[in-house]
Amino acid sequence: MDIGLSETQQLIRNSAREFLEENCDTQYVRAMEEDEVGHTDELWNQLAELGWLGLTVPEEYGGAGMTFSELAILLEETGAAMLPGPFFSTAVIGAEALKLAGSDDQKSDLLAKLADGKLKTALAFHESGAAWSAESVSEMTATETEDGWILNGEKRFVQDGAAADMLIVAARTGEEAEHGLTLFLVETDNANVDSRELKTTSSDRMSVMSFGEVSVPKASVLGEVNGGWQILEKLFQYGAAGKCAEMAGAGQKMLDTTVDYVQNRVQFGRSIGSFQAIQHHAADMAIEVQAGRQLARQAAWFLGEGLDATRQVALAKAYLSEAYPRICATAHQCHGAIGYTHEYDLHLWTRRATGQRLAFGDTKQHQGTLTESAGL
Amino acid sequence: MRYAFTPEEEEFRAEVRDWLKEQLPDDWNGIDEDSLEGWNMSRLMRAKLADKGWLTLAWPTEYGGQGASFMKQVVFNEEMSFARCPGIDGSAIKMLGPTLMIHGSEEQRRTLLPPVARGEVEWCQGYSEPDSGSDLASLQLRVDETDDGWVVNGSKIWTSMAHRADWIFFLGRTNQNAAKHRGISFFVADMRTPGIEVRPIVNMAGSHHFNQTIFEDVHIPKDALVGERDRGWYIGATLLDFERSGVQYSANGRRILSELTDFAREQVGSDGRPMSEDPQVRKQFAELDVDIECARLVAYEVAWMQSVGQVPNKESSASKILGTQLMQKLARFGTELGGMYGMLGPGSEYAPIDGKYPKMQLTSVSSTIAAGTTEINKGIIASRGLGLPRG
Repeated sequence: MDIGLSETQQLIRNSAREFLEENCDTQYVRAMEEDEVGHTDELWNQLAELGWLGLTVPEEYGGAGMTFSELAILLEETGAAMLPGPFFSTAVIGAEALKLAGSDDQKSDLLAKLADGKLKTALAFHESGAAWSAESVSEMTATETEDGWILNGEKRFVQDGAAADMLIVAARTGEEAEHGLTLFLVETDNANVDSRELKTTSSDRMSVMSFGEVSVPKASVLGEVNGGWQILEKLFQYGAAGKCAEMAGAGQKMLDTTVDYVQNRVQFGRSIGSFQAIQHHAADMAIEVQAGRQLARQAAWFLGEGLDATRQVALAKAYLSEAYPRICATAHQCHGAIGYTHEYDLHLWTRRATGQRLAFGDTKQHQGTLTESAGL
Repeated sequence: MRYAFTPEEEEFRAEVRDWLKEQLPDDWNGIDEDSLEGWNMSRLMRAKLADKGWLTLAWPTEYGGQGASFMKQVVFNEEMSFARCPGIDGSAIKMLGPTLMIHGSEEQRRTLLPPVARGEVEWCQGYSEPDSGSDLASLQLRVDETDDGWVVNGSKIWTSMAHRADWIFFLGRTNQNAAKHRGISFFVADMRTPGIEVRPIVNMAGSHHFNQTIFEDVHIPKDALVGERDRGWYIGATLLDFERSGVQYSANGRRILSELTDFAREQVGSDGRPMSEDPQVRKQFAELDVDIECARLVAYEVAWMQSVGQVPNKESSASKILGTQLMQKLARFGTELGGMYGMLGPGSEYAPIDGKYPKMQLTSVSSTIAAGTTEINKGIIASRGLGLPRG
């Protein structure tokens, strides 16, 4: 049991914090919310130069070859800074999907581009059912032709779909729920792929993507035909653990912001941070941040070591999906009226909490995994 | 970063588990340590643990321990707790021992520690007083210096196990004029010393665990003082940090959840189906599963900090809060699972799991109060951990 960060991990954390403070302050985050694209090429290229995009991409494909533990430490910081753009969709989802299931050709071509900042990816999974289950993919079809596949249907909640160069699309290719899904790599510049933005309260860039007779070559299949769900199950674990890392980092940021505010805010002639009612709120936040961070890091470590992380991921996501929104709510309560204003930054985190708690399974779903794993 | 024990630690875990299985009776399911039967079992296991060299596992070898690492100690405590094995005198082993090793004289260490390591003595702790609970530094028990020692007058309360203890360590006021934290000293006394009277306090669960311990002109020798005179508050504070790693809560919680899982599978609910199929019950199981994991990892963090030479304070407060709240939640859940039968206590006809959980509901009321209330611990997190100003 070694709860501490390695030297490399400390270095990643410190340099990430420094870089994000300088290049990704809340003014930038606000500007990107209003921006049509949602991120700047300049910052994206810097992420590539820093090696963040290919952090877990093997060195033979031009990445840094680190484990998911290191990526999770980085995600704590990007979560705290609310880094705009398809970083999560690319460096977590895209990279892990290609590592899990990519052919040699796909890996050497796409992972190298991804690490280099030349390939942004997004996951197109949900349909009208919008559940994280194999059954809920029923409308999007892929029909085999002589030289490839034809895709038809509509995908919802495609995070970063508009910014992505390539989508990882789950389509139904067989009748059996968990053995009838196939993943396809589809370039977004295809004329038959359309996208429109969903207006979330989180400004988190969700799109509806429609596919009308989109034809793709045989080589665009990721993994085995009808073997998509098995890849996705694993991929969702990385996604859930990654979101937990983001929420753990953002939770610490909420706590720091709140402590800073209540120390300086004076009412009744005293700093309000000297009142027990406020101190107990702050202590509650600190306990939840501490527990959440440990759960998130444990899940990431299990994944990074290649161990079965089913329980560890479910424990972390079941907890943080409840605890992090509660941390945000307590932060607001401690801030009083000022925290309710658009001008004050607090809502930037609070609004994102909704998307984070739902992504890759909410509390209820992960509680279900836990009771099943306990044999109930 | 490594969220796993080493192979050596896992090997040790298996060794402890197997040994406990051998030593404890078949179908052992724990015992009420406050009962006479429990006390006898506790002494029996204490002797066995001492023979095995595990009673004071973490102590240095020179004091009869094995100098085990913090993590090995964590593994041991988890297994003891999971096995519901009695016998550990926490106040002597986890509190007095480390305190004497840091602040005691060589003579005190040589005479007082080996009997603890051999499992021969029971210690109790005299901190709280009738008028000094959370505001411990306001304590009034008076200790005056005499030509050949000290004379003690006053009263201690909530002295767990004082009625069975051979020795007591306590805080007393040695300076009436100094600021309240700076007039306190740390002492040890033989419980057979004339003038010490132990009055039982029966708790709401009907058990005799607490006492009021009265000191009336109690003469104790010069060397009863531990560390420097008037520095006892700081010596006592070191010791509280030892008490709060709290890994036993989650290990106990795991055992309880597994016991309740078996129960819920067999117990039929009002709809005629096993309780384990009730969606609300399943949700509560999952919540407790998560709560246990939170308590476990936060306790590991405390132990890890100790293992690398850091002094946990807000971390141990968090661990204590999470662990004790967990105990109360488990007790409520275990009681509710029994439906109407949940009101039946130990020894009652029809009582599920021998009425353990309604009884635990009562005993666990003290968990969020004893050894630093939840509120005091939140105050520690806020002031020492987060740097918020004192109110």
